[in-house]
Amino acid sequence: MTVMLSAQNLAKTYTLHTQGGTRIPVFRGLSLEVSAGECVVLHGPSGAGKSTLLRAMYANILPDEGEIRVRHAGRMVDILAANSRTVLQVRRQTLGYVSQFLRVIPRVPTLDVVAEPLIRRGEDRAAAREAAAALLARLNIPPRLWSLAPATFSGGEQQRVNIARGLIAPTPILLLDEPTASLDAANRAVVTSLISEAKAAGAAIVGIFHDDETRAAVTDRLFDLSTAKAA
Amino acid sequence: MNVLAASFAPGLDPDPPLLAVRGLAKHYGTTLGCRDVAFDLWPGEVLGIVGESGSGKTTLLNCLSAQIEADAGEILYRCRDGEEVDFRTLPEARKRALLRGEWGLVHQNPRDGLRLRVSAGANIGERLMAQGARHYGGIRGEATGWLTRVEIDAARTDDLPLHFSGGMQQRLQIARTLVTQPRLVFMDEPTGGLDVSVQARLLDLIRGLVDEVGASCIVVTHDLAVARLLAHRLMVMKAGCVVEQGLTDQVLDDPHHPYTQLLVSSVLQV
Repeated sequence: MTVMLSAQNLAKTYTLHTQGGTRIPVFRGLSLEVSAGECVVLHGPSGAGKSTLLRAMYANILPDEGEIRVRHAGRMVDILAANSRTVLQVRRQTLGYVSQFLRVIPRVPTLDVVAEPLIRRGEDRAAAREAAAALLARLNIPPRLWSLAPATFSGGEQQRVNIARGLIAPTPILLLDEPTASLDAANRAVVTSLISEAKAAGAAIVGIFHDDETRAAVTDRLFDLSTAKAA
Repeated sequence: MNVLAASFAPGLDPDPPLLAVRGLAKHYGTTLGCRDVAFDLWPGEVLGIVGESGSGKTTLLNCLSAQIEADAGEILYRCRDGEEVDFRTLPEARKRALLRGEWGLVHQNPRDGLRLRVSAGANIGERLMAQGARHYGGIRGEATGWLTRVEIDAARTDDLPLHFSGGMQQRLQIARTLVTQPRLVFMDEPTGGLDVSVQARLLDLIRGLVDEVGASCIVVTHDLAVARLLAHRLMVMKAGCVVEQGLTDQVLDDPHHPYTQLLVSSVLQV
């Protein structure tokens, strides 16, 4: 199997300068490899560093040591050492990330929020909106909401809009930070099948899931941070 | 020698930067404005400069956009025709030609960037004429087209911006700046004096238009939320120096410098 993402010897300590320089060690000597078509689920108690690791894989958080190499355009790129432009390119084409919360420009209609990643990739505007509509429908967001900005939506609706935005432009690597946290059973099932489809299409997936049902449905391998870290 | 090619790491990036700034400094008498400022800006990239008032961010923008003269450093710019120049050492006439033809400036206060007693359409058309456009119908068509793009009713083409609201004036200023398809746009607190309700639309508009025109952009703001929405990359300034720079989400989500941590932790949540 092709290794899509390889994290080696990661170490991260947060230093809180505004709080007396408190140091919070998160992990040390952490290594993880993820291959195409597999879903690795990060496991460990709250505070174990699951989110820190996932966000490091998106180069959102920068570890103090180690490298994270991702397969981008046919070669391995260390996203912790690459320049900003390369990181943005890798994110656009190779690394998908679905966070827990929707963060968008206020007053932009839902359909445009979801279509944006495709348009930014160079897709035709009309085709992108069509794809957005199809995905929103699948995630049970009623069409009457599509022209509205998502700020006033319920938590579950916002999360589904966020998932749609995160999944609309398929990427070879997908990072999922509790994408099903506030969803009901029916919508969790939709998200589960979307994840399975991405996996079947060859995506390498790393995720954090707190609900057992979704985790059971998508996990190929558990990565336990409480045993992996030596901070 | 190719000054720009030397300024970035070989092998990582095939395209040269549009702008490369090295060792830029400005003092007001003995008071420091900014110093040791160095960065690269690539085509299509939006760079945010954040920091509290007095941190030197507006001084830096004013030095870069030739509104005030820096004391030291290089502002290396790759012109449309491919020529590389150090903006600071150019003769005045060349500077003015670049400012008119390739650069654009959006002031915090739209009254500084507009001619209030000339019609909205003329405010836009004037920039085109400065570039050599002469056909009246073409200029007028372009002007009304741009008014529509910044969501000002084309029926207001002949009205004076003096009678526009602050938000409309700011949108008009943006149209006036972008109509000439600048390659490099400087913005000083573009949403600064506006109501929150107007800010959001304007941010979306700026982002879309900058994308459409393909311009590189340097935006000064003290508002971290604005920076997050507009900028690909951030530079954090304190007491005239750049204390941290990186991808916008890296700087805001995992700030390393004590001052950046203070800025990020001081934002009020709504």
